[in-house]
Amino acid sequence: MATIRIPPVLRPSVGGERQVTADGADVGEVLKALVASHEELGTQLFGADGELNRFVNVYLNDEDVRVLDGLDTKVGDADTLQILPAMAGGAA
Amino acid sequence: MTPSGAEFVRQIKGQIEEVDPAQVHDVLWDENVVLVDVRESDEVAAGKLPGAVHVPRGFLESRIDGAVGDRSKRVVLYCASGNRSALAARTLKEDLGYDNVESMTGGYTLWKDRGYEVDVPRTLSAEQRERYSRHILINEVGLEGQIKLIDSKVLLIGAGALGSPNALYLAAAGIGTIGIVDDDVVDLSNLQRQVAHGTSTIGTPKVESAAKRINDLNPDVTVVQHQQRLDADSVLELFKGYDVIVDGTDNFPTRYLINDAAVRLNKPVVSAAILGFEAQLSVFDTSHPDGPCYRCLFPVPPPAELAPSCGANGVLGVLPGTAGLLQATEVIKLIIGVGDSLRGRLLMYDALAAEFNEVKVRKDPECPVCSRDRDSISDDEMGVFPDYEAFCAAAG
Repeated sequence: MATIRIPPVLRPSVGGERQVTADGADVGEVLKALVASHEELGTQLFGADGELNRFVNVYLNDEDVRVLDGLDTKVGDADTLQILPAMAGGAA
Repeated sequence: MTPSGAEFVRQIKGQIEEVDPAQVHDVLWDENVVLVDVRESDEVAAGKLPGAVHVPRGFLESRIDGAVGDRSKRVVLYCASGNRSALAARTLKEDLGYDNVESMTGGYTLWKDRGYEVDVPRTLSAEQRERYSRHILINEVGLEGQIKLIDSKVLLIGAGALGSPNALYLAAAGIGTIGIVDDDVVDLSNLQRQVAHGTSTIGTPKVESAAKRINDLNPDVTVVQHQQRLDADSVLELFKGYDVIVDGTDNFPTRYLINDAAVRLNKPVVSAAILGFEAQLSVFDTSHPDGPCYRCLFPVPPPAELAPSCGANGVLGVLPGTAGLLQATEVIKLIIGVGDSLRGRLLMYDALAAEFNEVKVRKDPECPVCSRDRDSISDDEMGVFPDYEAFCAAAG
């Protein structure tokens, strides 16, 4: 089971958890398993074409999966996936 | 019988290598030779050999490693007349194991009499030396680094939660010019985190309030008040006058505008964002060949429902303090030119978990902005992204 770190804006969709675990052999499978148990995340992570939304980055440990094999990147049990949408808060 | 002081120095000179200023002049700027000035600070202030490093004889043993790490390097020491440098040469040779040490005969006085070039270093006033003494004492900053800070110009975008700690600590550090862009006025609800302002400045423009506080902290700082919103028409002209841009803004269109203008001008942006208990931080510096820009990291912003601004959603008051000071630290490192910057890395701080994590930020070879020739980026596309109109309409 890989660990997935959930950013603050997505935590309401996973019952407030900061990190969750999900099964899967690659990034796509892990994220789909995550969406299966937390449906709301579906549209936030994936576009209609089934690809990751461009405004969300996913990192395997500290590397952007887009520079690895994207959703096909292999994931081991000891790996951590970080989901990272952009934040803009600061001045207000 | 013990020798007189003068006799002792003569004896020492017999035990070390001496070199004439003419021979030293031949190797000026030779990277295999390190010139070390062992005189006192007030003597060095009047002038020194070009490229020489300053290690006062009183600090020789404790500071020479920082100045000359490689003990096999050729080291030429000099003082005012050649006596103190002879004694220092013996110490380096006999006690510290430097193989190739010489003392310059006649010292700085003879060098100058021969008409060779000298550097008259920039100096600080007695008051500045006192104010910045704790910086000057750190090797990585020193007098040279402090002068770089004094000569630098930093632009803060936003005088709010992140801008406040930046403004205060950069002012305290002696940044010569701090520009502040903000069109807002101070509100009571700001004061839980925007520490550059105060109860007495509620209702006054934030740029004015921050300028007042900065100049109380450090009257040497020139504060330039830009009481405006950042817009595409003026951003390039504005950025041109500054060395480093600090992005602490609360909305995506401004973040993309800052990025695109900074890429066009190859200016570094020290960027932070905060929400709730979490902060993100990075340095975008496309003047570096492998330096990514904000669009390499996030080519498009999230839709409005996933991108709440912290003003509406709340933020722990101390969090922008933490994140803003990490920014200020990066600004100072960039200006002095020390350490490893956050370029190519995104640092995430989770205050609730008391955890720092980081991920790599890669330069995108197909980045819509920074992969291109700078001159081909037009004014019209700066700060714009796909679905910009819809995004801004949704954001209200």
